[in-house]
Amino acid sequence: MYLFKKNSYVETHPRRQPEKQFKQQVPDNMFIQCPYCKRGFYYRNFGTLRVCPDCGYGLRLKATERLNLLTADYTPWDEDLQTTDPLDFPGYPEKLRKAQAATKLNDSIWTGIARIRGLEIALGIMDSNFIMGSLGTVTGEKITRLFERAIEQKLPVVLFTASGGARMQEGMPALMQMAKISQAVARHSEAGLFYMPILTDPTTGGVTASFAMQGDIIAAEPHTLVGFAGRRVIEQTINKALPEDFQSGEQLQKNGFVDKIVPRSELSDFIAQVVSLNQ
Amino acid sequence: MAQKSKAAAAVVKAARSADKISTRALINGLVTDFVELHGDRSSGDDPAIVGGIGYLGTRPVTIIATQKGETVEEKIATHNGDPEPQGYRKALRLMAQAAKFKRPVITLINTAGAYPGADAEQHGQGEAIAALLEASYQLKVPFIATIFGEGGSGGALALACADEVWMFENSIYSVLSPEGFASILWKDSGRADEAAGLMKLTPSDLLSLKIIDQVISEPSNQDKLVKNLKKKLILKVAELNQLAPEQLIEKRLARFRKF
Repeated sequence: MYLFKKNSYVETHPRRQPEKQFKQQVPDNMFIQCPYCKRGFYYRNFGTLRVCPDCGYGLRLKATERLNLLTADYTPWDEDLQTTDPLDFPGYPEKLRKAQAATKLNDSIWTGIARIRGLEIALGIMDSNFIMGSLGTVTGEKITRLFERAIEQKLPVVLFTASGGARMQEGMPALMQMAKISQAVARHSEAGLFYMPILTDPTTGGVTASFAMQGDIIAAEPHTLVGFAGRRVIEQTINKALPEDFQSGEQLQKNGFVDKIVPRSELSDFIAQVVSLNQ
Repeated sequence: MAQKSKAAAAVVKAARSADKISTRALINGLVTDFVELHGDRSSGDDPAIVGGIGYLGTRPVTIIATQKGETVEEKIATHNGDPEPQGYRKALRLMAQAAKFKRPVITLINTAGAYPGADAEQHGQGEAIAALLEASYQLKVPFIATIFGEGGSGGALALACADEVWMFENSIYSVLSPEGFASILWKDSGRADEAAGLMKLTPSDLLSLKIIDQVISEPSNQDKLVKNLKKKLILKVAELNQLAPEQLIEKRLARFRKF
């Protein structure tokens, strides 16, 4: 019965370190591990939409990348606004300059008017590469003006959220953006106009507690982290580990806070469909 | 800087002091014939938010206040004053009721923030706060918010999108706690005092940033304190009551649009 006497392990040469060798042979970024399902794929398999071939999770995109995936017909708004440094926060101006260089944005959101499938839309796209997509005073001003212009021009608003919450480097003026934007959302709604936030990874904190949850329809990309409090804070508070998908868009849909999970490849069609239905 | 940190840290300490006036004492001192109202009419009643109606002087008002509780049992039930979604939804319900009966709304705030619990998250903490932010703007009656201890982030802002926002001398209002700030920035929550100096969270800092409208002096004699606040509230409510609902809303819009 040789079959049952097999060792349960395989001997390897002690000096050989296969993982290390593998790493040395593979150029950087050739294989990407999906942050959600943890499977690794050749980078081209993620395609132009940057979506995991296995689980459908969409990699985090720069705002400009997402914009180009949605449409080629757009005009940006408020690109010249510059944030002040209300707390005289050490190292903040330098941090801002770096973020601006990396994202080609003046702050953590791109806003403008765009045409998607022939429909005119006031569009906002937050960028998690800009200080974690945090809500600063200029982000708040750009979003407020997005809604105000949409009211003037009678346009629907579609806003891709991605944020760690209010920007702590700007202190209370950053928190006030939640109130300011909420007023603009309410006025836009009172004018009978349509607003849809699309939650993308990650949408948390003060953004979840304001305009991300104030839409007529709320959509989310697959396996998006959505929550108010941080996972670690909750685990420390209740002294218990949370399930893996605790703060996912899918879980929020089950709990009644998200209307639809929309794969990245279907976003343009979905936007066009619901904007047309809500005119 | 060091001096500023020290001063700010002292305010943080005083804001959280065990001697801080309790929510009950404050409400009982401010209004007469107080009737507490319970529940959000959909999922429960959160003791971290006390709501009800009573007379401020001769005028009926709606009071909505966060509550830390006085006994250990109360502190556990209220998560030491951190509201859950049903608390915010109770506030929303009482605001709508206030508008119906043209009663001014007075909020009293002392909370470290919205409760970061698993249930709170599942019941839509974010959505509950977001709904209040919109409803506060649309409220057709005078609305005055007073932060009398801690004003922690979105959980405090949810009750503070008012026509006037006041703060007690020994109170704070901030994006996150100085401890949280220090642990994110320096990976060391022990440097909270230093963080407090940076954050501009004291009443005087926030008054100069125009985040708040008035600082309420806080004498150690609580009777005096409440009497003084009551007088100011009566005067301000009378003043705001002169305005038509549209004017009130327009002014409230301008107040927050400037940030």
